[in-house]
Amino acid sequence: MTLSLLFQHIVNALSLGSLYALIAIGYTMVYGILRLINFAHGDIFMLGAYVAFYGITLVSLPWWAALLVSIVFTAFFGVGLERVAYKPLRDSPRISIMISAIGASFLLESLGVLIFGGRPKGVPVPDVLSRVIHFGSVSMVTISLIIPLFTFALLGVLLWIVNKTKTGMAMRAVSTDIEAARLMAVDVNKIVSFTFGIGSLLAAFGGIMWSFKYPQLNPLMGVMPGLKCFIAAVIGGIGSIGGAVLGGFLLGIIEIMMVAFLPTLSGYRDAFAFILLIVVLLVKPTGLLGKRQAEKV
Amino acid sequence: MKKAVGIVLLAMGIAALIVACGPAAPKTVKFGVFEPLTGANAGGGALEVEGIKLANELYPTVKVGDKEYKIELVIADNKSDKVEAANAAQRLVDKDKVNVVLGSWGSSLSMAAGPIVKNAKVSAIGLSCTNPLVTKDNEYYFRVCFIDPFQGTVMANYAFKNLSAKKAVIIREISNDYSVGLAKFFADAFKQLTGDENAILSELNYNTGDTDFSAQLTEVKKFKPDVIFAPGNYTESALIIKQAKELGIAVPFLGGDTWETPEFIDVGKKAVEGVVFSTFFATETPITDTSKVFLDAYRQKYNKEPAAVTALGFDGYLVARDAIQRAGSLDKDKVREAIAVTKDYPGATGMITLNEDGDAVKSAVIKTVQDGKFVYMATVQPY
Repeated sequence: MTLSLLFQHIVNALSLGSLYALIAIGYTMVYGILRLINFAHGDIFMLGAYVAFYGITLVSLPWWAALLVSIVFTAFFGVGLERVAYKPLRDSPRISIMISAIGASFLLESLGVLIFGGRPKGVPVPDVLSRVIHFGSVSMVTISLIIPLFTFALLGVLLWIVNKTKTGMAMRAVSTDIEAARLMAVDVNKIVSFTFGIGSLLAAFGGIMWSFKYPQLNPLMGVMPGLKCFIAAVIGGIGSIGGAVLGGFLLGIIEIMMVAFLPTLSGYRDAFAFILLIVVLLVKPTGLLGKRQAEKV
Repeated sequence: MKKAVGIVLLAMGIAALIVACGPAAPKTVKFGVFEPLTGANAGGGALEVEGIKLANELYPTVKVGDKEYKIELVIADNKSDKVEAANAAQRLVDKDKVNVVLGSWGSSLSMAAGPIVKNAKVSAIGLSCTNPLVTKDNEYYFRVCFIDPFQGTVMANYAFKNLSAKKAVIIREISNDYSVGLAKFFADAFKQLTGDENAILSELNYNTGDTDFSAQLTEVKKFKPDVIFAPGNYTESALIIKQAKELGIAVPFLGGDTWETPEFIDVGKKAVEGVVFSTFFATETPITDTSKVFLDAYRQKYNKEPAAVTALGFDGYLVARDAIQRAGSLDKDKVREAIAVTKDYPGATGMITLNEDGDAVKSAVIKTVQDGKFVYMATVQPY
């Protein structure tokens, strides 16, 4: 393999990994606070992408305005979903709320098929984001450069919110012990809603970026990215925001390098991601950056 | 006493019900439409259903002996999934008791239905499923299109003669029988034409539903082929071609009939301009009188040009209807025999004659994408 090909593979890997990282952050946020694996995350991701798509095509909004509208809409949608599907079960056994999450996921997928139709749609990608840049023989699209920037910016903002603000302190309190937090006059409902809002916002943002990079929408588009990013979050240590980013990049790099070095096995790429998950769970169940916790789902 | 009266009344009621449900002659002939309406292949399925529905509007009845029956379409969504496809086919033959099955877009899905229609002895007519295995060893599965050994050879010839290509790379959708089969037939024909055992530099794989192909395409860059053959599902193929352009790969892309869906252009946009693929039918060269009937009706109803698979949907319906009329009976075996001897039936996509495998022997059409539209290039006669 020549050096320029290797560089091209590395660029591909980082661009895929940063997208995984972006979506994995949302997963890990919700888990970190509520100990809930939000299986509907991938479907909120799909919803975000569709709302932006209709914003651009039906209402002919400029792409950045469609992006903002979609993010705000999806954030509120996520808060609503939590109220309806998860809040009534907050004191039930963990497994009930997890099953409710799976149900919400199927519901959103079926509604997607009903409302948006089962046929895939092509996304009009803004020119600014689809320009090709060449560095010698290595080429990349502008969107692939923008995604990692946003991923790191969001990582910074989230770490700041969680560690430095009062809301963040309340979030950490809720994550440690809901009852104790309530006794300390923390408005648990507000904190949970806030967490879901941010998680859904991140999913929507990830969905829109995904649809700009791979300009195709269908109601089941969130399933595979949802699973992959869940794996990324677990590899990095679910609950840890930095871990999600690390896991996302690792998964992207491993997927691309597997195809690069073992091209004959390229059809088994997804299987490989799942094998990786099993290995990590066997060797280090808390993930790379995860803390040991007494309770796990 | 009261009780006795009650029982008598109840018995009479039940008797009346039994009489009402007794063996009355069926009032309609049912055509099962077995197509993907959701999932990865939904775009293709919808196109075929358009053709079937149009045929049903134009020819809503069938004459069996001297009785005229209405044809009812029973649509079953196989969800682009092999397991769901088996369930949908089972439902059509068991519950809906259809007389014939039409479909499915996607050879893998048709193959999933193969054993089911065979066991139930219900004849099925594939519309655009081109993998040879669909009809092989299954005397109940037929099709109104050509098969992949022919299609693969057509594209290999195009690559060798029109593009003067000597070396090719193949990108296959590994989970799709159609793609794997067509890739193999292309490779065989291309090796023979070039006389070079190593004319295929590499075969790279991906899965249905994948979106990132950058790693595979970076590999392609290394091989520097003259042409890339990438048969597969339309959205994945469009994404592959788009990402190839982004990586600076300027090699021509060739594909198969599955590319001819509006979604292919919708997703690929400018990137898919100039790609070349083989398909079944071109509106530019209407072949039979039926072609004209079909084109006029379609253009009037949808106000656009039909895809080749829509014409095949139209033809599948007509072939089934014609066979039932010739059989003069709804007996499963008589219908099967009548379909099997279909000869020189003037369909929209040309004269349809089924060979001993149940496959139609027909010409192929080569098309390209120009200014966001599929454009006719050439017709290739069967060898």
